Amino acid sequence: MRHDHLLSAGQLTREDIEAVLDRAADLAADPGAVSDRYADTLLALCFFEPSTRTKMSFDTAIQRLGGDTVDMGTVESSSVKKGESLADTVRVIEGYADGIVLRHPSEGAAKLASQFVDVPVVNAGDGAGQHPSQTLLDLYTIRERAGLDDLTIGIMGDLKYGRTVHSLAAALTNFDARMHFISPESLRLPRGVQFDLHDAGARLREHTDLDEVLGELDVLYVTRIQRERFPDENEYQQIAGEYQIDAETLERARDDLTVMHPLPRVDEIAPDVDATEHAAYFAQAHNGVPVRMALLDGLLGDGDDGGAGGGAAATDGGESR
Amino acid sequence: MSDAPERELRISKIRNGTVIDHITGGQALNVLAVLGIDGDEGVGVSIGMNVPSDKLGTKDVVKVEDRELSQGEVDVLSLLAPEATVNIVREFEVVDKKRVERPEHVVGLLTCPNHNCITNADEPVESAFEVVDDGVRCEFCGEIVREDIGDHLAVH
Repeated sequence: MRHDHLLSAGQLTREDIEAVLDRAADLAADPGAVSDRYADTLLALCFFEPSTRTKMSFDTAIQRLGGDTVDMGTVESSSVKKGESLADTVRVIEGYADGIVLRHPSEGAAKLASQFVDVPVVNAGDGAGQHPSQTLLDLYTIRERAGLDDLTIGIMGDLKYGRTVHSLAAALTNFDARMHFISPESLRLPRGVQFDLHDAGARLREHTDLDEVLGELDVLYVTRIQRERFPDENEYQQIAGEYQIDAETLERARDDLTVMHPLPRVDEIAPDVDATEHAAYFAQAHNGVPVRMALLDGLLGDGDDGGAGGGAAATDGGESR
Repeated sequence: MSDAPERELRISKIRNGTVIDHITGGQALNVLAVLGIDGDEGVGVSIGMNVPSDKLGTKDVVKVEDRELSQGEVDVLSLLAPEATVNIVREFEVVDKKRVERPEHVVGLLTCPNHNCITNADEPVESAFEVVDDGVRCEFCGEIVREDIGDHLAVH
């Protein structure tokens, strides 16, 4: 199956995902094999919100493939500041680059952009919506540590506004995972996400207390509870403290529990977890490069070998474009 | 005195046009908004609101003179008035009864209640909603609207 754009995790089948992850594993093992594969390719980085990991890993990924980037820069230094629409911005950039990586504060921004350009658009985070390339690297990490089948995963933190959570949950429906969502009542999964999960037949339960499920989990995926979501600082302090973990917390978990986090973290995972066998979040971040290389290979390829996922898996790494 | 003569007085028969009956009580003005009828067209419009109904308890009725609704317009009505019946009238006779069916998508009709949805920004794009079992869902941000769909009409 070929996709022209990567807009949401919901568009990915199990075959798509496994193809990207397989290809990423090949690239991680031998990154030099594709060092000039996209020598004439330019990827536009359009980040309307700050980003460190996502932006740098896409930049690194295309450079590892032999290509280069053109960077819109910050909103303050671009024509967006003059009131230019997103539709106009991407139509202009389409003429400069072979693909667009877009982060935007509004939900649905990547979908809108995809309607105005012919080059591939990758949703690198749209408001509280989706972050599908993060999901691919999350799944890569989960597969390395715990496997994707017969998985029991806890997803904790800000489930309402957490786009990484929305994408991950959607993708996990391909693998029949048992999903436990742990959050304050006020930050539960949005109705739209729940609708999709139920529609896909997902096995999910919601909790307000991690201890209800901690001992069952193969993976605990932690996200930041964002202070700015709470009008009352006292309410934030009261809630946030209940969703922090440290090494002592994890003594109640299985020895092989994997702890993940899309980063940046603030105080939801204490530093004393870093040195434990549970911690996978830095490796998770590093996995962003080979996974995004595999993703770009599928999206930017000529399509003969299938495109995102399918193309990435089927393409010989040494083959020229 | 029975209700029947009084009801007849409320809305008279029309010679040509469309009669939309069994509209959910209170939705008549939203139905007109969906149809883009605001009185400027010069056609005669009769509205009965919260009329007693055996089927619905109370219902609204709208009669639009000299205009015959298309099936597409009728389908969109289903979002606001799933029980509605639509009769096309010519020379005081009902010549066609259109079935109200839920469309799969509605474009440009509703605004997304998610203020952070890109369709609420100043972009050259129409809103688009998928019609799901018990409501509609924004095709851009995924927001689901179940109740009070009429409150989100883009054509108010």
